[in-house]
Amino acid sequence: MIEFRMPSLGADMESGFLREWRVKPGDPIKRGDIIAEVETQKGIIEIEVFDEGTIGELLIKIDEKVPVGALMAYIIANGTSPEPSKPKLIDEKKETEQGRTRDRIPAPRIPIHTVKASPLAKRIALEKGIDITKLKGSGPNGAITRQDVEKASTGEGEMTAEKAKPAASAASIRLAVAAAMSKSNREIPHYYLSTKIDMSRALGWLTDANKQRSVKDRLLPVVLLLKAVAKALVTVPDLNAWWQDGLQRKTEIHIGFVVALRTGGIIVPAIHDAANKTLDDLMKSLTDIIPRARALRLRSSELADSTITVTNLGEEGVETVFGVIYPPQVALVGFGGIQEQPWAEKGMLDVRPVLTATLAADHRATDGSTGTQFLTALKNFLQNPEQL
Amino acid sequence: MSATPNVMRVTYREAIRQAIREALMKDERTFLMGEDVGRYGGAFAVSKGLLEEFGPERIMDTPLSESGFVGAGIGAAMGGMRPIVEVMTVNFSLLALDQIANNAATLLHMTGGQVNVPVVIRMSSGIGRQLAAQHSHSWEPLFAHIPGLKVLSVGTHEDARGMLLTALLDPDPVILFEYTSMLNLEAEIPSGSGAIDITRAKVRRQGKDISLITYGAGVYKALEAAAELASAGIDTEVVDLRVLRPLDEDAIAASVSKTHRALIVEDAWRSVSISSEISARIMERSFYDLDAPVRRLCGLEVPIPYPKHLEDASIPQQQQIVSAIRNIFQHD
Amino acid sequence: MTEEEIKRVLIKLLKRIAPDTEPEGLKPEDNIRQVLGIDSFDYLQFIVGCDEEFHIQTPEEDYGKIASFKELIPYVSIRMKK
Repeated sequence: MIEFRMPSLGADMESGFLREWRVKPGDPIKRGDIIAEVETQKGIIEIEVFDEGTIGELLIKIDEKVPVGALMAYIIANGTSPEPSKPKLIDEKKETEQGRTRDRIPAPRIPIHTVKASPLAKRIALEKGIDITKLKGSGPNGAITRQDVEKASTGEGEMTAEKAKPAASAASIRLAVAAAMSKSNREIPHYYLSTKIDMSRALGWLTDANKQRSVKDRLLPVVLLLKAVAKALVTVPDLNAWWQDGLQRKTEIHIGFVVALRTGGIIVPAIHDAANKTLDDLMKSLTDIIPRARALRLRSSELADSTITVTNLGEEGVETVFGVIYPPQVALVGFGGIQEQPWAEKGMLDVRPVLTATLAADHRATDGSTGTQFLTALKNFLQNPEQL
Repeated sequence: MSATPNVMRVTYREAIRQAIREALMKDERTFLMGEDVGRYGGAFAVSKGLLEEFGPERIMDTPLSESGFVGAGIGAAMGGMRPIVEVMTVNFSLLALDQIANNAATLLHMTGGQVNVPVVIRMSSGIGRQLAAQHSHSWEPLFAHIPGLKVLSVGTHEDARGMLLTALLDPDPVILFEYTSMLNLEAEIPSGSGAIDITRAKVRRQGKDISLITYGAGVYKALEAAAELASAGIDTEVVDLRVLRPLDEDAIAASVSKTHRALIVEDAWRSVSISSEISARIMERSFYDLDAPVRRLCGLEVPIPYPKHLEDASIPQQQQIVSAIRNIFQHD
Repeated sequence: MTEEEIKRVLIKLLKRIAPDTEPEGLKPEDNIRQVLGIDSFDYLQFIVGCDEEFHIQTPEEDYGKIASFKELIPYVSIRMKK
């Protein structure tokens, strides 16, 4: 039996509301399948599984609030019986010594399908013959209150069957951003480095490359930037990490890409395994992920996995970005706009398209020399776009 | 100084002094005893001028021995007198707790109903003027725990003027908690104010949305918070417990069955407190009337600090009451 | 297609890409990207949409010439006739 628990979808998340089960008991599942939809401050998120097997039991009811880490479902691993297998004869003494006997006892099946309602609401519902399980609570933590029951009795109550209000609002996103950024500024000692990069070769290369592509397959400059960041991280892996009780380097490079929402706020979906994606693959990822991010319909792994963040504010006419790291990551790369600037090189003055790249990094995790190595590598890749 | 003929404007201190004076005039068995109550006029100037008016036999300075003079007061009560014993601050009352809990509270029971102890013990309680952890605690819960005592909390000027007089008529020991922080506070009371009921809680402000239950120094804060909340559309009922033992359970149940929500506010520490008792009684009596969990705002569980800002931070203030109630209505 | 029809299609495309904007309110000479707050990614999607709807090919170097309805509508109209 595998316990499936509510994943954490970012440092700022405490809980979400289950809005839909996409599976039912008995359904076979494999790694990457979406089994549920959970509403968070950042919209309706598709929850993926990372196990293979069959759904055993679903433990959470639709519209229930689910704290991060709460048991949501049992998954029967392939090749095991659906019933909890008889405990094997184990060396009890050894187990007790390790103090781990508790783990061998199957998890108790406490029914958690209880309806959260105030005692008064329950009493009135009983008196009026109203089915309280059909009501949507407006009280603390979604509890059903007297008002909800009285509204239902006069027919104006909000039934759960009617789809709930829009998943996330500009205000809830604002709060999520506020929580994450406050934590960052509170806990992370940031240091900042920046460098100017001559983009003439990169842009020239991109124009040529796009000429051979249909409109649909054209690349945007940001794809070059993402790829250059990913490749630079391969050479400077300390910045591709989380700070959680020390530096934890991550083997795969998942770039969190900041998407600004027109209604305000940002959302930062991960582009998975960016180092091993071609430029075309990266463009496809963006095409897939940006509209979903704007519609607040992301997958759990896209919200949870980022190992570094890239923010690109160039289009707003900004030159330099001093970013705030998204915890528990240890670095954020900011790009300003590509602007024509006087450029001195080999004793000659010229006008070049210039990009300012900034690194905000966690000084607990790395020092300026690491950051410098990274920016130097990034610059090299962008000046030699054919290597990307 | 009265604004209109029917009311008079007094400080809390003056209201207590008037009550003591009236008691001394009404009954010659009554006398006041305690540390510095005579020549000094009381540590908080409550009995100023009374020595001159009533003489040393009825305004009696005692040595610094709470156990000794509280015991003497109990003895005097057993002997037919009606003593008012002043314990300078609540903290010192613990030195007399043996006399209060083991003698005053038990004698009626242990003598098979033959001996009443009609003593009234007043003490200045709560934070006041940066008197720190030696003088500023809120030990109403300790005394309210003891069967055989009647425990009163003087949360308004009207009660400061009247509770003592009724307490002196009681055949059994009465503990009166007065509040140092309120001594200079002025308010208007009816000019004919005097003896007042000491068995019931009192609704100080009618409301329909939530019961704000409190006592002592919390009463005026609660009323101000309620006024502020009214402008936000929340109609708060303020219940002043007044009698901490025996609790007026009917009044609490009546209020909660009307509002369906309750916030209990007190300066005393949260654990094993008056508020925990009220909360339990609400569960026992009014569970099916509740539309939201009972909430509490209590003193922080630290010795009361000396610095003013920390002193203020250690007990619930008006703004916290307002936001606690707002949160009950505007959650998530 | 008349110019009015082209405009209707363009508005529909913009609505699809940026549902929370109001392209109906665009004046002919307004810079579409600036007024609607559309980034380069969305703009690329818009061009892709145009190419599909009108069966035309828009080379990258023309992006700068079609910033407003005033420029874009004749541009589409001429290309469609080719």
